[in-house]
This record gives sequence, C-alpha cells and structure tokens, in this order.
Amino acid sequence: MQDVYIVGIGIHPFGRSEGLSGLQQGANAARAAMADAGLEWPDMEFGFGGSDSAGNADTIVNELGLTGLPFINVKNGCATGGSALIGSWQAIASGAHDVGIAIGFDKHPRGAFNAMPAEYSLPEWYGEAGFMVTTQFFAMKLQRYMALHGISPTSLGRVAEKAFRNAVHADHAWRRAPVDLDTILNAPMISDPLTKYMFCSPAEGGVALVLASAKKARELGRDKVRIKAAVIRTRPPGSFEVFAPSMDIERGGAPTLLASKAAYEMAGIGPEDIDLAQLQDTESGAEIMHMAENGFCADGDQEEWLANGWTNIDGRLPVNTDGGCLACGEPIGASGLRQVYENALQLRGLGGGRQVPGDPRTAYSHVYGAPGISGVTILER
Amino acid sequence: MGASAIAQGLFRETPEPTLIGGRNRDTGRIVFPCPDDAARWEPIDLPRRGTLWSWTVQRFRPKSPPYIGPEAFTPFAIGYVELPGATIVETQIVGADFDSLTIGMAMDLVTTDFAIATNGDAIRLYAFTPATEA
Repeated sequence: MQDVYIVGIGIHPFGRSEGLSGLQQGANAARAAMADAGLEWPDMEFGFGGSDSAGNADTIVNELGLTGLPFINVKNGCATGGSALIGSWQAIASGAHDVGIAIGFDKHPRGAFNAMPAEYSLPEWYGEAGFMVTTQFFAMKLQRYMALHGISPTSLGRVAEKAFRNAVHADHAWRRAPVDLDTILNAPMISDPLTKYMFCSPAEGGVALVLASAKKARELGRDKVRIKAAVIRTRPPGSFEVFAPSMDIERGGAPTLLASKAAYEMAGIGPEDIDLAQLQDTESGAEIMHMAENGFCADGDQEEWLANGWTNIDGRLPVNTDGGCLACGEPIGASGLRQVYENALQLRGLGGGRQVPGDPRTAYSHVYGAPGISGVTILER
Repeated sequence: MGASAIAQGLFRETPEPTLIGGRNRDTGRIVFPCPDDAARWEPIDLPRRGTLWSWTVQRFRPKSPPYIGPEAFTPFAIGYVELPGATIVETQIVGADFDSLTIGMAMDLVTTDFAIATNGDAIRLYAFTPATEA
C-alpha cells in the first residue's frame, strides 16, 4: 500500500442554499477542492461520491465535465462521505490511481429526518407507532449513559455552548452566533434530556477532497496532510442502535469501538497521540459518549473534562473545532467529509480564529449513523 | 366502534396481553417481534413484567407517514423495557407522569388504543405502564 495525501479541500457552506440543488453544492465543493490542489476536473482519474437525499452523485459529471472518468456512487447513511473517502483512499493506496476526488453533498427538507420502516427492513407498524424517529434513540442511549456514569445536564449544555462558540470562527458553519449556557439548558425540551439547542438539524451542504499518491502530492507541492487510517465498521452483537424494536439483554460493543480500535491499529498510534478530534455530535450527549467510545477518556470522566474546558480550542484535546454537527447542521452525505475537511485545514494551520494552537500534527474524525455504522479517519502532518 | 391490533403476530390480548417474541431455533436468541421466517424462528410468549431500561419523551409530532397517531398531538413517553431472561423491547409508555420515570422501575404490559383508523376503529398497540402491585 502506498501513502495517500489530501492535496485539495473544498466546501460549500452548510445550512440553507436556496436555489441550489444538493448536487450543485457538491459541484461547488469539488471546484473549490480542485482549485485548492491546483488541478482541474480532467486531471481526476476517478471519483467516489454520494448523498442520502439529493440524488446520484455520478450525475455531477453534468456539472463538472464529461471526461469519461469512472465515478462510483456511495450510499451508506451517515457514513456516506466517509465511505467515499475510503473508496478513494483504497484506489490510490492500491497503486491503481495517482489522483482522484471524494465528494459528499446533501439537501434535506426542514424538520426531523423522516425515515421509512421499509428502508431499514422494519415492519410498517414500527413507523406507524411513532418509533421511526432518530432523536428518540439518541435521547434514550444518552439517558441511560447519564444514569450509569453520572453525566449532568450541565455537561450537555457545555458541549452545545462550545459548538456555537467555535462556529463563530467557521465560515462554513450554519449557526454562528454564540448561545449562553442558561439559554441552552432552559430551552424547550425536544426529547428528554435534550433541549432544542442540543440537537443538530438536517441541513444542506457539500464537501470534496482531492486525494493523491505521494509522488503526485510532491509534484503538486501538497505533500503535507497524509491519511494514516481510514476505516468503517458495522455493529457487533449486543450493540444499541437506531431503530431497534428489541435488543439483547447481554450488552455488547458498539460500531465506534470497532472502528476506533481498527483506526488506531492502522495508524500505529493511540488516543494519547491525537492533537484534535471531530466527533459525531448528532446531539450534545453523542459527543460526550463518543469521547469515551473513541478512547479519549473513561466513561464518566467527561464531567471533569467539560468543567475544565479540556475540549475547547485551547484545551488538551480540542473537539469539534468548527462547531460540529450542532453548529453546522447535518447534510448526511457531506457531514463526515466536513470533519476531514476541518482536520486537514487545522493541520495546515489555516483555522483562523478557531485554529488549534501548538502546531497540531495528528487529527481524528469519527462519524456514526443508522443503523449502526461508524467511520474513523486519522490524518497526520 | 371496534378496535383492531396495529399488526398481526405482535401480541395477543387474551386472557391477558402478551407480547409474541421469536426464539432462534439454532442459537436460542430471543428477539421482538418474531421474524417472519418459521424455519429459523419459533414464536414464544414474552414475560409481561419487566424493568425500565431507558426512556425519553417524544415532544414533537412524528412525521406522517409513517406515524398514524392523532393530528392533535400530545407528547408521549417511549422507552425500552428489559424482560427478564428474554429481550429488551422498545415500547410506548402509558399511564405515567414523565417526571416519575426512572431507570430500573417495574413495568407491566398493557394495550393502548393510540390511533383511529379511517373506518373509525381504534388501532391497538402494546405499551408498558408502571407496575402498581408486587
């Protein structure tokens, strides 16, 4: 396997882009990523891309050019972007190609995601009864976690407060106004114990990354940010996942535990070596639980971490430096690639007002989604 | 007006409400509902009493479709109830103040007429409610 570098990054701002399709937002991101790399569409030897709700990514050739390149559609829930990245990484790591592009985009209607039972191999009654609501899962996983490990509502609020504070400095973020802790904690409850500021919203946006072999990256003068690990895992027995009519009494692992472990092994480093992290924060409790699932702290220690600001930009492990899903919203197909975009930007020292100090060298990203899939990447400079 | 179950094969109503789970004929693993594959899964009655594993309150009306509850929405509690020796089932929770819900509390199986079909019949769903007797 040969080394793979991220040589170009591009983003179309998250939030709402009236008048632009999801695909057009993806094309904008692709143009930005190629310009960043000093390349053009005919230079792309392949593409991987996907969206959840905004159509087949391969039709992007209508926007970008009919060069005849191989383009593979990816549809993998919240891990769609991460899966596009893995496909692209493999295409270059294997030696088959020298340069290509991973693209993720989406455009969701307002309001909560509206999943249908049949899409998840579930009977109709499950949706009719009101169980086909993703927020319920996150709330119930969190409710039990808080009871078992002593996590307070205040910590949930601190995560959201940090997200909006960081996003002030992220020009691709959707919600860029700070919100104070009291407002967050006293906002209307959406799904107990989570208030409206503690949930991310479905959104729109696009992200693209141009990947290249070491040789090509050197030619471009872009041999700085290397992919040390890129893995995806599905769920093990006994995990608790979105849309589960029942689960085993004997509790087991989680897809994030598997993906995280595999990524550390691939990178040959451990959580103590990571300088910053983007962790799936579908709601603020998810960030807290994922801190532990990804090995950064023990269950329950998040109380101390958050009270001491250790996940702030200037903390010991900055988490979700651009405001994460809470502030950026979640265009499903693009969300995982946004995390990698942000990490690459940070490693290049281009984070501006949200730049992690101390010249960070390693960055971790983690995405989680239904029905129990997790993707982790580790970048190194 | 009558009432009919939201789906066949989920629960029986007599002599008392009972959830129908499925036991894997090879591994013994118990799931709910019973998968529609008789070669691999055998229907079994699940315990009627369990303990609350986790819960939340659904405070906005789920989108329709797929939700078929009343247009005039009132928040409802949902949760997972651990049925000893069997499995942990997802359920609506009825007859409980939201503030009183506590992980580990004893819960009993009941049924609830939670929606109205176009023919005017009530649509009956299983639910759990806090246990009132030992």
